[in-house]
Amino acid sequence: MDFFDRFAVPHPSIAIYASMAAIGLTIIAVIAGLTYFKKWGYLWREWLTTVDHKRIGIMYLLSALLMLFRGGVDAIMMRAQLAVPDNTLLDAQHYNEIFTTHGIVMILFMAMPFIMFFMNFVVPLQIGARDVAFPRLNALSFWLFFMGAMLFNISFVVGGSPDAGWTSYFPLAGNEFSESVGTNYYMIAIQIAGIGTLMTGINFITTILKMRAPGMTLMKMPMFTWSALIANVIIVFAFPVLAVLLAMGTLDRQFGTHFFTMDNGGMDMLWANIFWVWGHPEVYILILPAFGIYSEIISTFARRNLYGYKSMVGSMVIISLLSFLVWAHHFFTMGQGALTNSIFSITTMAIAVPTGVKIFNWLLTLRKGKIVFTTPMLYSMHFIPLFTLGGVTGVMLAMSAADYQYHNTMFLVAHFHNVIIPGVVYAMLAGLHYYWPKMFGFMLNEKIGKRTVWLLSIGFILAFMPMYASGLDGQARRMYTYSEAAGFGLMNMISFVGAAIMAIGFVLIVYNIYFSTRYESRDISNDPWDARTLEWSTHTPVPEYNFAILPDVESNEALWDAKKNGHVLFKGDYEKIHMPNNSGIPFIMSCIFFVWGFSFIFSLWIPVIVTTLGIFGCMALRSFEQDHGRYISVKEIEETETNLRGA
Amino acid sequence: MKIDNSLPLEYSTEENSLKILGFWIFLGAEIMLFATLFATYFTLENRTGSGPTGAEIFQITPVLFETILLLTSSFTVGLGIHAMRIGKQKAMITFFSITLLLGLAFLGVEIFEFVTYVHEGAGIQTSAFTAALLTTLGTHGVHVTLGFFWGLFIILQIKKRGLTPQTTNKAFIFSLYWHFLDVVWIFIFSFIYLKGMM
Ligand code: HEM
Ligand SMILES: [Cu+2]
Repeated sequence: MDFFDRFAVPHPSIAIYASMAAIGLTIIAVIAGLTYFKKWGYLWREWLTTVDHKRIGIMYLLSALLMLFRGGVDAIMMRAQLAVPDNTLLDAQHYNEIFTTHGIVMILFMAMPFIMFFMNFVVPLQIGARDVAFPRLNALSFWLFFMGAMLFNISFVVGGSPDAGWTSYFPLAGNEFSESVGTNYYMIAIQIAGIGTLMTGINFITTILKMRAPGMTLMKMPMFTWSALIANVIIVFAFPVLAVLLAMGTLDRQFGTHFFTMDNGGMDMLWANIFWVWGHPEVYILILPAFGIYSEIISTFARRNLYGYKSMVGSMVIISLLSFLVWAHHFFTMGQGALTNSIFSITTMAIAVPTGVKIFNWLLTLRKGKIVFTTPMLYSMHFIPLFTLGGVTGVMLAMSAADYQYHNTMFLVAHFHNVIIPGVVYAMLAGLHYYWPKMFGFMLNEKIGKRTVWLLSIGFILAFMPMYASGLDGQARRMYTYSEAAGFGLMNMISFVGAAIMAIGFVLIVYNIYFSTRYESRDISNDPWDARTLEWSTHTPVPEYNFAILPDVESNEALWDAKKNGHVLFKGDYEKIHMPNNSGIPFIMSCIFFVWGFSFIFSLWIPVIVTTLGIFGCMALRSFEQDHGRYISVKEIEETETNLRGA
Repeated sequence: MKIDNSLPLEYSTEENSLKILGFWIFLGAEIMLFATLFATYFTLENRTGSGPTGAEIFQITPVLFETILLLTSSFTVGLGIHAMRIGKQKAMITFFSITLLLGLAFLGVEIFEFVTYVHEGAGIQTSAFTAALLTTLGTHGVHVTLGFFWGLFIILQIKKRGLTPQTTNKAFIFSLYWHFLDVVWIFIFSFIYLKGMM
C-alpha cells in the first residue's frame, strides 16, 4: 500500500471527497454518452485531430469557460470564509490551497486560453488568411495547454493542491515548508502549458508577419491583430524565462539543488526576481489583446474610425518594452535599497502614460460617434471608467515609499482585480458576445446580456471597493481569517455580497447561452453588427477555407470601405485551395505529456523515462512523415459558396 | 505546391519560407532561455557555500577541446549547406556526418568533464554555484544531443528522398540551430570558463 499512499490527499475534507465523486461521475457520464450516441468517431475526426484554427479556437473557449467556473468556485469559497470574523468554513491549509489555485487557474488556465481563443478565431479571418502558419503546431499548442490545465486540476484530488500562492515564492515553496506534491504540480503543469503558449507565440508572429491579405501593410492591420502581434512578441520573450524558472524550481524540489534554498549559497530572492521578469509581462500579454478587442468594439459601435491609430500602435510597442523593465515593483519591501526602488518606481509610473494615451483614444473615438449600445459596447463603456480607477491605484502602488503601506494588503488585491476584471474579463465577455454570431450563426440575447453587464459591475464594485479601504486599514491578503476586534467584518461582508452578485452574473451568461441556443433567430446576416473589418466579410458559418478568394485590402477597415466606398474586396476567379490534413499526433503526444507530467510529479522515474522516449518517438515520426496536405477543388468551392449564399 | 525557382531550394515554397522565419523566432526564444540561465549563473557565481569555486574546478584542456570540436562542426555544417546549394548531395551528406561526429565527440568530452567535477566534489547538489553551472552547461549539452538525433534523421531522409524543397529546408533550419549552439558555447566559454579561471 505504501506505493499508493503518495496519491492520497494530505488534508482531506468532505468537499474534496465530493469533488472526487463528481469528477468520477462526470468522466463516466461523458464516456457513456459518447458511446451511447456513437460520437467517438465524430469527436476524433472533427475535434481531437483538427488543425482548423476556428475549431481550435472554440476548444480554447470551452476550456476557458470551464476554468472560469473552477476558479469562480474557489473565489466564492474564499469570500464566504472571510465574510465574517473568526469563520471556520475553511481551515488555514484549505484557504492556502484555494487562493493558490484560484490565482493560477484564473490567470494561466482561464485568461490565457480566452486570449488564445480570440487570437485563433479572429486573427486569420481579420488578416484574410486561410489558416495560421503552422496549423499542426497550433493543435499541439492547444493540447499541451489543455493537458497542463487538466494535470493542474487533478492536484486537489490526487496528492494535494499547491499551497504557496500563485507566485510560489521560495523558501515557502521549497521542500521544507511545502512537503506535499502540490508545488510539484505547479512546476510541471505550468511548464507543459507554457511550452504550448510559447509555440503559439511563434506561430502567430509568423502568421501575422507573413500571411496577410494582399495590400494589408503592417499599418493597415486591424487593431486587434496589432495587439495580438505585440502580445505574441511578449510571449516569445517572456515564456522562456518562465520555463527556466520552473525547471530550476523542479530541480530544487526534486533533485536537491540549491538555487533558491537558504543554505549552500542558494538565493530565495532569485525566484521572486525571475518570477516577475516573466510575471509582469504576462499581465500585459493578457491586457493588450483585451485592449485590441475594445478597440474593435468601440469603433464598430461608435460607427467611427478608431481615433489615433498610430498612437495606439506606438503605445502598445512602448508598453511591451516597458513591461520588461518594471518587475521589481512587486517586491519594493523586500530589501533592494532606495536607488533600485526609485528606478523601478519611475519605470512603473511611465507605463501609465501609454496606457492613458489609449484611454484618451477610445474617448475621442466615442466623441461625435453615433453610439449604439449593444452588449459588447456596454461592457466597453463600463470598462473605461472602472479600468481607469485600477490604473490610478496602480500608480499609487508604484510609489515605492508608499507601497510599504499597501503591499501584501487587500489594497493590492483590489488593484489587480480592478485592472483584470474590467480590463481583461470584460473584454473577454464583450468579445464573446461580439464574435458569437460569427462562430455559431446566431446572436446571444441582448436583453439578458445587458442585464448581466450591470449585475457584474454592481457586484464588482461591491466586492472590490471595500478591499481598498480594509487594505489601507491593514487587512493582510492571503490570511484565512481575522478577529472581530480588527473591525474588518462589515467590509468583508459587503465583499461577499458583491462576489455573490458577480456569481449570479456569470451564471446568467451560461443561461444566456442556453436560452439563445434555443430561441434566438438563425436568420442573421454575415455582418450582424455592421462592422468594419474582414472577419465579417466572409460567410457565417465560416467555411473551412475562410475566404473563397483572398480579399484585396486598401485600408485598416477593408469591409467598411467595401460597404461605403465601393471598394471591391474579392477580385478574380476561384482557384483550388491548399489545406493541411488533420493529424492525431498533437493529441497523442500531449496525452503522453500528461502521463509524463503526472509521473514526474510523483517521482515515478520509470514511467518518466518511457514517456520521454514516447514524446521523442512522436517527434521522430513527425520528422519522417511526408504530408503535403490536400486540395479543395474549384468545383467543391463553388458548391460550398452557393450553399452558404443560399442559406 | 508552388515552387519558385529563382530562390534557393530551401526557400522555394511559401511553406518553406514560413518555416525559416518561424525558426528564427524560435531562436529568439532560445536566446531568452539561455539569457535567463546566464543571469542566474552570474547571480550565483560566487555563492559557492561549502563547495569549490570555479577557479578550483575549471580546467583549460577539456574546455579547449570542446571549443575546437564545436567550432569546427559549425564550419563543416556551413560547408554542408554550401554543398547542398550547389546540388552536391554526396558532399553534403559527408559534411553533415562529420558535423555530427564532431558533435558526438564534443558530448564525450563534456561527459568526461562532468564526471571529473563530480569526483572533485562539485555535483549538482553541492552549492548554488554548481547548480547554476551544471544546469547551464547541461542545457546546452541537451540541445547538442537533440541536435545530433535531429541531424541524423535529416541525413537519413536526404539519403532516401534526395535534395527536395522539404529536405533542404529541414537541413537549412538544422544548420541555423547548430550555428546557434555554437554561439551559445562561445558565451559559455568566455563568460563562464575564461572569466571563472581568471
Ligand atoms: C497603470 C498601470 C499599472 C500600474 C502602475 C501597476 C502597478 C502595480 C504595482 C506597483 C504592483 C505591486 C504592488 C505590491 O505588490 O505592493 C502591482 C501588482 C499587480 N498588478 Fe498592476 N499595475 C498596472 C496595471 C496592471 C494591469 C493592466 C494588470 C493586469 C492585467 C495588473 C496586474 C497586477 C497583478 C496581478 C498584481 C499583483 C500580483 C500579486 O502580487 O499576486 N496591473 N501593480
Ligand atoms: Cu507588475
